[in-house]
Amino acid sequence: MTQSHRINGGLVSRNQPVNFKFNNTSYVGYQGDTLASALLANGVKLVGRSFKYHRPRGILTAGSEEPNALVELRSGAHQEPNTRATTVELFEGLEAKSQNHRGPLKYDFMAINDLMSPFLAAGFYYKTFMWPKAFWEKLYEPTIRAAAGLGRLSGQEDPDSYDKGFLHCDILVIGSGPAGIAAALQAGRSGAQVILADEDFIFGGRLNSETMEVGGESSQAFAANATDELAAMPNVRLMPRTTIYGAYDHGIYGAIERKTDHLGSSNGKPRQVLWRIYSKRAILAGGSNERPIAFGNNDRPGIMLASAVRTYANRFGVLPGKRISIFTNNDDGWRTASDLAAKGAQITAIIDTRDVEPLGAFKDTAIIMGGRIIDTRGRHGVSSITLRNGQTIDTDCVAVSGGWNPNVHLTCHQRGRPQWREDIAGFVPAGEMPIGMSVVGAANGSMTLAASLNDGHLFANKIAKELGFTPSRKSAPKAEDEAAKTSAYWYVKESTARAWVDQQNDVTVKDIKLSHQEGFRSVEHLKRYTTLGMATDQGKTSNILGLAVMAEVSGKTIAETGTTIFRPPYTPVPIGAFGGRVRGKDFKPTRYTPSHTWAKENGAIFIESGMWMRAQWHPKSGETHWRESVDREVLATRKSVGICDVTTLGKIDIQGKDAAEFLNLVYSNAFGKLPVGKVRYGLMLREDGIAYDDGTTARLAENHFVMTTTTANAVLVFRRMEFVRQCLRPDLDVHLISVTEQWAQYAIAGPNARKLLEKIVDKKHNISNESFPFMACGEISICDGTPARLFRISFSGELAYELAVPTRYGDALIRELMDAGKEFDVTPYGLEALGVMRIEKGHAAGNELNGQTTALNLGLGKMVSKKKDAIGSRLSERDQMNRDDAIKLVGFKPVDSSKSLTAGAHFVTKGKEPTMAHDQGYMTSVGYSPNLKTSIGLGFIKRGDQRIGEIVTAFDGLRGTTQDVEIVSPHFIDPEGERLRA
Amino acid sequence: MIINHPLLGPRDAAEFVYLGDASLMNRPDWQSTDAGNQFYEYQYLRDNPAGELRELWYHEQGDRSWLVVTRNTLTHAISKVELARDVKLQEINSKTKTTAAAKKGKKA
Repeated sequence: MTQSHRINGGLVSRNQPVNFKFNNTSYVGYQGDTLASALLANGVKLVGRSFKYHRPRGILTAGSEEPNALVELRSGAHQEPNTRATTVELFEGLEAKSQNHRGPLKYDFMAINDLMSPFLAAGFYYKTFMWPKAFWEKLYEPTIRAAAGLGRLSGQEDPDSYDKGFLHCDILVIGSGPAGIAAALQAGRSGAQVILADEDFIFGGRLNSETMEVGGESSQAFAANATDELAAMPNVRLMPRTTIYGAYDHGIYGAIERKTDHLGSSNGKPRQVLWRIYSKRAILAGGSNERPIAFGNNDRPGIMLASAVRTYANRFGVLPGKRISIFTNNDDGWRTASDLAAKGAQITAIIDTRDVEPLGAFKDTAIIMGGRIIDTRGRHGVSSITLRNGQTIDTDCVAVSGGWNPNVHLTCHQRGRPQWREDIAGFVPAGEMPIGMSVVGAANGSMTLAASLNDGHLFANKIAKELGFTPSRKSAPKAEDEAAKTSAYWYVKESTARAWVDQQNDVTVKDIKLSHQEGFRSVEHLKRYTTLGMATDQGKTSNILGLAVMAEVSGKTIAETGTTIFRPPYTPVPIGAFGGRVRGKDFKPTRYTPSHTWAKENGAIFIESGMWMRAQWHPKSGETHWRESVDREVLATRKSVGICDVTTLGKIDIQGKDAAEFLNLVYSNAFGKLPVGKVRYGLMLREDGIAYDDGTTARLAENHFVMTTTTANAVLVFRRMEFVRQCLRPDLDVHLISVTEQWAQYAIAGPNARKLLEKIVDKKHNISNESFPFMACGEISICDGTPARLFRISFSGELAYELAVPTRYGDALIRELMDAGKEFDVTPYGLEALGVMRIEKGHAAGNELNGQTTALNLGLGKMVSKKKDAIGSRLSERDQMNRDDAIKLVGFKPVDSSKSLTAGAHFVTKGKEPTMAHDQGYMTSVGYSPNLKTSIGLGFIKRGDQRIGEIVTAFDGLRGTTQDVEIVSPHFIDPEGERLRA
Repeated sequence: MIINHPLLGPRDAAEFVYLGDASLMNRPDWQSTDAGNQFYEYQYLRDNPAGELRELWYHEQGDRSWLVVTRNTLTHAISKVELARDVKLQEINSKTKTTAAAKKGKKA
């Protein structure tokens, strides 16, 4: 197919043809085209279907504000929905598909919605899909979701990679139109570190779309030369294809740089980079966006913004129509006419809504001043327009100019609220600007070329000076101000057909009137009721038009009506870019225990515990079920000796002469009198009196303690201890350091634990029961001089020790222990066996310290000392936390020992209905005890400690089971603690 | 946001963990007569000003300093950053002085 609408000129490379496909048809464009310009060059006007009514839609704009021309780009896993054809750079082999239609684009079956439109007006969801309630989930929502919506995701994992980075600069210039490029030039010449970012792939903004003159050369040549000058400055970083999508606190800007989107393949390089730019000052030169005028059937393909038609002709060498008509309310529309006429286009008509003298004369052109288009015709593209006087004019392209909206988006990201300026009929930045931001050029209401150039030039000088740089004495590029008179004309009242305001969300003038009629009159209500401006384009072309209509029907001025504001991102940013490299396993680091390699060699099954990989159990050959392995590990440990890696526990080294006093404040129980060489179990409360964390703390020397915390709370406990140290008691002489990763630690438990240890502990240390009793600790050496710490503590309830060595010896130690333990048939045990044994012993863990339980509930009430101050001790005395019927931690056994208990079950008195009113408590931990040959559990029940022996009903609503259970002591094994002290 | 750390200079807010109102540093005396009420207020009652607020930030990805940051909750402008330990020490010292002075006064 030939490029039927291509003309001479423009910034495309005619010696570099580019093949691409749209809806499986092959076309040719040129390097330098966008997908939109290449489609228009090939005479393709219909590019999609609208969101709600499935109306045929074409290309409206030539930039990122495009509401209509959204396509699915690429194929397979690379498929990207909702891509604006107006910003997609053409590359060899590009594939794009139109979206939001069933069947072929031209004969969309869902176009029936358009006939149903009287029923689908604003608010129809709220009114229609109310009853019956059950229909919402089953019928309405699935149907609506299938009918509406935009593009589809591939459903596959994103094969591209993304990166993140940080940039710093003195002056960030956002946008490279006349004001931006003038500002960047002056800022760069001053020697400041400058970043110039533009979403386009060439710099110059509107300069590339115009045929005006700057400094004696064409605006396009000026832009190219200025870019060259900037590129030669070492202090300037040029960032094309980079959208500044958000203005954040303290001069920080979010930017998305499209690195490889314009190439056929990323070749393994990151597709996009998300930058965080730290700027001292920012110059926003975002320019302005033209807005349409609403008139009957103004959404047909071929009806475009006048500025876009001009861009396609001047920059891309494409005439979107053969017989172009122009509908304008301002002077700028006439420039479109003269530019197009100069390119040899036939202008069939110029319709100006103003009753003023025509701004030009054109051959064979009907000029209608004070004119209105009231309707259009053409099924898949406009073919004629009808004027107010009934006159019909044949046309295949209508260039509409409704005036210009300063692009104030980024100025709203903090607290800015734009203000109406009557003379330019647009909102300009006002209110609180993001810190350090100045706005120049059209974005600030300087709507003409010379004014914009000057504005950028002068502001850059001012800012450079403020930052201590010496501005260059070069004068601003010379240009003439073009005619730019405008009028506030919004929509054609004479139109009876639907007139579109927001084409992306299918909002019409009628919808806005309906919103007003039904009482949704404030701009915020209007927006939400009609969904005006709530599509992915955030209403860049439609918001102002919409609220102008609202102002008119409510008889208020636009200034009184006010405007909604924008939030980041300026244009959509892929979620993948926010993730960057941090995805899958890279989302958070994986932490391995020192025995990991050994455990892996021996076939351990691992489980993720926080970031840690921990051995869950160690299967032996022939074991087919996890319970077989776990039961064996438990029995072997209780019979002889078992070993478990407990390195993951948090370890905090505490030193200083006030260390004991400090511990007294963070633990509810007393630590002041703990002798050197002893370990004590400690309980921490939250300040509100709820149990927080537990662990053991060993006193290695007068002023030296080592604390262990639970694995899950290691970071949080350390944070809170630093809070106590710095914010509450900086007068104490105490220092903290986390040593979790510095020490490898193993639990060695079972009746033969001491015998095993004696084989590796250096002979000079006596670890007999007399010299090293229960709760003893000490710094020792093992294996001929390897430094170690030994703690006689037990989580399993057995005679047990925890042995710590510097982490680098951790792997050697597990191998040494397993070797030395052969004669005792030593058994490594995993997290499951650890859990079973601690339930058998009745030790509370995370399930019991669940953020809802107090020391009293846990049966640890005596651990809250009343003789000293400690975090949480005062508020734990509150009456409601000390009720007589408080829940207490007890053990549970099924009456029918063949049945398993379930965690989460709630208890009710036998014979009572399982209702909230009868709730007595709940089960927290369950496991199978191979020693007792029954399922056992820990849980909380009202007055539990006084109800040992009672049978209650455990109701598990989630799993739908009910069973009778017996309340027993939580100490299933060795309640007297004889084994511990053996 | 950028927090100007008194020791380390300007740091990105992402390096910090936020806690909240710096009034958490004023933990009541556990032995005072209405300690129950005081602790209740300390634990649960906070001002929520639209404007300047002194708040606690912890430099967890840094030097582990707790900082008192005076920040405007409307504009996010940060007007002052102090080391929490300096703030608290000053308070403790001035209290000790007052008590000492009061004792001296009694003796005289």
